[in-house]
Amino acid sequence: MKSARRYSTEALVIRQLDYAEADRILTIYTPGRGKFSVIAKGVRRARSRRSGHLDLFTRVRLDLAAARNLDVVTQADAIERFLFLGEDVTALTYAHYCAEILDAFVPESNHPSSELYAATLETLRRLGRRERDIAVRAFEMLLLDRSGYRPQLHSCLGCGKEIVPEKNYFSPALGGVICGDCMYQDPASVEISVPALKILRNLQTRPQEVLRLNRVEAALQGEMERRLHDYVVYHLERRPKSSRVLESLRTAPAIPA
Amino acid sequence: MNESSSRPRSIDRAVTELARLPGIGPKTAQRLTYHLLRSSGDQVLVLAEALRNLKEGVVTCSVCFNMSDRNPCHICESPDRDHAVICVVENLLDLVAIERTARFRGVYHVLHGAISPMDGIGPDELRIRELVQRAKDTSATEVILATNPNLEGDATATYIARLFEGSDIAVTRLARGLPVGGDLEYADEVTLGNALAGRSSA
Ligand SMILES: [Zn+2]
Ligand SMILES: [Zn+2]
Repeated sequence: MKSARRYSTEALVIRQLDYAEADRILTIYTPGRGKFSVIAKGVRRARSRRSGHLDLFTRVRLDLAAARNLDVVTQADAIERFLFLGEDVTALTYAHYCAEILDAFVPESNHPSSELYAATLETLRRLGRRERDIAVRAFEMLLLDRSGYRPQLHSCLGCGKEIVPEKNYFSPALGGVICGDCMYQDPASVEISVPALKILRNLQTRPQEVLRLNRVEAALQGEMERRLHDYVVYHLERRPKSSRVLESLRTAPAIPA
Repeated sequence: MNESSSRPRSIDRAVTELARLPGIGPKTAQRLTYHLLRSSGDQVLVLAEALRNLKEGVVTCSVCFNMSDRNPCHICESPDRDHAVICVVENLLDLVAIERTARFRGVYHVLHGAISPMDGIGPDELRIRELVQRAKDTSATEVILATNPNLEGDATATYIARLFEGSDIAVTRLARGLPVGGDLEYADEVTLGNALAGRSSA
């Protein structure tokens, strides 16, 4: 019998699917090998040594054995957990949203990106802090960029002229900003304010600075969220399930006992 | 005639349908199908009959959302149970696991899932509204949150606990004897029984 090829990697668990009696198929994101799925056998049994190390959003060191279909987890040691997500449904929903769009935009192949991996972890850390909205916007911008959907925010996608600080429009279909004269080219485009456009541009060029600012007024937060949401939905060709949950969390009145 | 290229459609169909079941892959589905083919006709008919009756004979309890052969279910109807203590579980198998401990004499409330936004499941998709209403209507004294010890289970429990803030109802959680990440339904009776006994306020 030839022995299976074994290897180790650091990984973030971004999706889980129960499989067979007590197994779980995990979608993991790794710095060196990109996104792929592995199987963890027997982890749903309460006595499994590995189960506590493979929860969703656990940053973990994995030993794996290569197999014909899914590589098999042979050892798992948690490096970092985001336990505060279990105490805050909204933060958890943001985390699910990030994982959902990461899973949707990153192809399952050997597509390494240690930068996007690090940014995903940093975004999860920030979900426990006050700047979580802008952190999610920064994550969306980086993800769109690295997966080939970087929005064009500097020159008009209709006429090519440089965008000046006046009435401009955001067009998911055309892939970015168009000027007032070219607005007719996409009747579905929506006006984008000068400050929102400015922050989105800065998120493309110097995200760390924007994240340090962390004081963005609510109306502006809302505008950027809606524009990027439209953009994500247009290019995914569907609405992320987690964004629907997020909306219901915001609108549903808490039911008093 | 090329006999190896196509097997009877009825076999393919049985394999396909069995493979849809949780925990059954294509290989197992094929093995089960050929097992059934070799079994006596009676045995296969009994199974078919059992499956046919499954949906007809089982109803969802309108009080606790357990599945039973009657509504309200036998637990909700039982005079031997303490109806002021409601144990909240994610799914039916968790209820079965807690019943197996024989250490719980209250009643249940089955959420039918835990909050999992990427699967489209938020608080509205679970039986949370019904729980709050029920606890209020029945003057419950305690709500035990027995969700799974993982992020989704914790978030669900936290969300529910908030809804009871300011009420007279004591909200408790299972003790942390349960290993993180495992499923409640797989916990052994002793561990689960102890977790139930050692519950703490949420
Ligand atoms: Zn133009
Ligand atoms: Zn019932």
